[in-house]
Amino acid sequence: MSDSHNNIEHFDNEAGKMGMWIFLFTELFLFGGLFLVYAVFRTKYSADFHAGASELNSFIGTLNTVFLLTSSMTVAMSLTAIQKNNKNLALFLVSVTIMLAALFMMNKYFEWSHKFEFKIYPGSSVLKNMNRGELLFFGLYYMMTGLHALHVLVGMILLSINLVKIKRGVVNMKRYLLLENSALYWHLVDLIWIFLFPLLYLIT
Amino acid sequence: MTDTGSRTYVSYLDHQGRFKGIFSWLLSTDHKKIGLMYLNAVIVFFFVAVILGLLMRIELLAPGRTIMGPQTYNGMFTIHGVIMVFIIVIPALPAVFGNFFLPILIGAKDVAFPRLNLFSFYLYILGAILGVLSQFAGSGPPDTGWTFYVPYSAQSATNVIYALTAAFILGFSSILTGLNFIVTIHRMRAPGMTWFKMPLFPWALYATAWIQVLATPIIGITLLMVIAERVLNIGFFDPALGGDPVLFQHLFWIYSHPAVYIMVLPAMGIVSEIFPTFSQKPVFGYGAIVFSSLAIAFVGSFVWGHHMFTSGMSYWARWFFSFTTFIVAVPSAIKVFNWISTMYGGSIDLKPPLLYAIGFIFLFMIGGFTGLTLGSLASNIQVHGTSYVVAHFHYIIFGGMGFAFFAGIHYWFPKMFGKMYNFTIANISWVLVFVGFNVFYFPQFIIGFQGMPRRSFDYLPQFQTGEVISSIGSMVLVAGLFLMVINLFRAVYKGDPAPANPWKGVTLEWQIPSPPEHENFETIPEIKNKPYFFGNTSTN
Amino acid sequence: MDIPLPAFIPDNLINKDHMNNETHISSYSSLAIVLIILLLLTMISVTVTGFHLGPFAVAAALIIASIKVASVITYFMHVKFESLFMKLMISGVFVIFALIIIITFIDYLLR
Repeated sequence: MSDSHNNIEHFDNEAGKMGMWIFLFTELFLFGGLFLVYAVFRTKYSADFHAGASELNSFIGTLNTVFLLTSSMTVAMSLTAIQKNNKNLALFLVSVTIMLAALFMMNKYFEWSHKFEFKIYPGSSVLKNMNRGELLFFGLYYMMTGLHALHVLVGMILLSINLVKIKRGVVNMKRYLLLENSALYWHLVDLIWIFLFPLLYLIT
Repeated sequence: MTDTGSRTYVSYLDHQGRFKGIFSWLLSTDHKKIGLMYLNAVIVFFFVAVILGLLMRIELLAPGRTIMGPQTYNGMFTIHGVIMVFIIVIPALPAVFGNFFLPILIGAKDVAFPRLNLFSFYLYILGAILGVLSQFAGSGPPDTGWTFYVPYSAQSATNVIYALTAAFILGFSSILTGLNFIVTIHRMRAPGMTWFKMPLFPWALYATAWIQVLATPIIGITLLMVIAERVLNIGFFDPALGGDPVLFQHLFWIYSHPAVYIMVLPAMGIVSEIFPTFSQKPVFGYGAIVFSSLAIAFVGSFVWGHHMFTSGMSYWARWFFSFTTFIVAVPSAIKVFNWISTMYGGSIDLKPPLLYAIGFIFLFMIGGFTGLTLGSLASNIQVHGTSYVVAHFHYIIFGGMGFAFFAGIHYWFPKMFGKMYNFTIANISWVLVFVGFNVFYFPQFIIGFQGMPRRSFDYLPQFQTGEVISSIGSMVLVAGLFLMVINLFRAVYKGDPAPANPWKGVTLEWQIPSPPEHENFETIPEIKNKPYFFGNTSTN
Repeated sequence: MDIPLPAFIPDNLINKDHMNNETHISSYSSLAIVLIILLLLTMISVTVTGFHLGPFAVAAALIIASIKVASVITYFMHVKFESLFMKLMISGVFVIFALIIIITFIDYLLR
């Protein structure tokens, strides 16, 4: 108990990490609401959801999964690198993570614009003439991947800030809470995708 | 304790940090200053909502149109609800008293993330302004009720989006406050303060904070979905597009029922501080109060369906939710026994804070028992959507949380401002508030049982007696509130200086000067005893 | 007549979060192995989709996804090396979420 007494001047790494975890819980429940909606509509319209899922390109989905999983590893490695005081390697690994995230977003952009070409977007006449379940499937698809893509963007910004701070030595071997928390955030983005991928692309 | 030796004592009210003048408040990360800023905001918005409520009471003096038409009335009760629920009762206790006293009670100099705390205050202000703005801007005040039920909220032409966004932002602010408190309690307790030496208000805040963190995101995403429904026509809740309005109700109440516990758990925490102090006796059943707080937080998260008994849920779902509703009454009742037993045999000092705390128990009991009427399946059908429900939740929210707020402000006022208010006026205002409250809401039970619908600007002539008594009660209540606030405001400027420990309390906030210094403690205290140890106050 | 504090929750257990001062550094190779496992699981998940398992397809996909999520949390997010309290907190959150889904389905499945 002796170290439980912390005043403001004392930098408390553990507290920062715990705060981040609790924030991640809220993110989890934010997406959780959407997963609940998905679950309800999937039970109600399972045939339509099959049809909807088969219209998504599972190759792009798989590719994006590989990008995100790999980026999750590189960001975890960058933390190891900074802990071992290997600044250049950390910089390289964070850059790779941002690049993979950019690839993910590019893929997503092509995927969405492809759908838009076929006039599949919320409120479109094509969608309104589809089966009710398919309409809801695409509504969920846009809402879930859209919210997820927003998180990817935020993650990219966070990691870019880290890039600068590592370069300046503000994030270093002794103080790496920012990188640690950004990595945790990035892993959450990955976690959400791990569930989104089979639910949207695979269950056909 | 006021003698701090060589160092000069500067109260936090006069402390100037990096910024001077007004900015020493607006940009302060001091948890006490943030707490006071919340207090001011809460009082301002409270009176906005009280005035809306009073206008509704005037409208209901006679059947038919009295001073406003149906559309205006719909806007009134919606904004009254949105302001009261999202801007006042959910944030008030954690944000005002939690911010001010949580760090002091656990022997810390501030919360874990002071800047995040200030940020969440500004989110709160932004959300609150947006909420009030929805009443005036654009295409008329929202008329959906604070519950935003679809499909109407997806179709209404009024400013629903403003109100939804406001609730979303306020939710985010509430999440950040909760996050801050959890980490503060985990990481910043004074040496020797183990979990079970922590006072009960921090315990209550801890249970509350978990609900804030875990339940609020669900309402966030739900409100986003309603916005998507309005803007993009996405169809989740629109039966014409295959969506399901009952799903909205599930999502809404998954948050909004636990939100009731966000309101009432800290209220229970406050009175758990007051009863031992004014009985000069350790709290009865410390462990039972702690565990019932946690049990309420846990079980209370799984009772949401009792708002939807008439919405067409499955038989087993209704059975389940009715059952859990009855279960959650048990820990609440345990607490009541504990408070009463704390007073039993104590040397009771009937000061204003204790009066409000006793009022809290009385009103909370009535609210709780009528809650059981609503929680049982058969009687729910009879009273659903009537003013019985209105009376029930006002007894819980105003009678429970509101009275605990008044108890808290009278209890901690001398510590917060270093001044003492006038006891006689405080007692008179208590009588007015307590009597006015009961005259106001009790008739609503009766006419509700007879079939008076809620949210209606008009009614059948047979309900007029009840409505008029109610309206008279509301005016007595408002008079009492004004008297109370004037008394407190006067005391801030003209009150006598308060001693460090006017109530002979033994928790940590009473061991430091009134008002406290900038960082609360010159040296962080070492905790040796259980809380509420009255045996020998000098060693505690 | 105070109800005794429960002995089954010793304070030092709850306060574990105060006690881990040394940080564990994950090795590069262990992280790489986890990635390989994750990629393998992704492959299995994609392949299984082709089998037309009917109602079990959802179950299979969700079980594989859960294993993936568990390994990301345990190794990438270092939870394996966190305090007992953090582990309890994280698993508790998932349990509460599962309960919310299950309870909602008491309504939807039995209507």
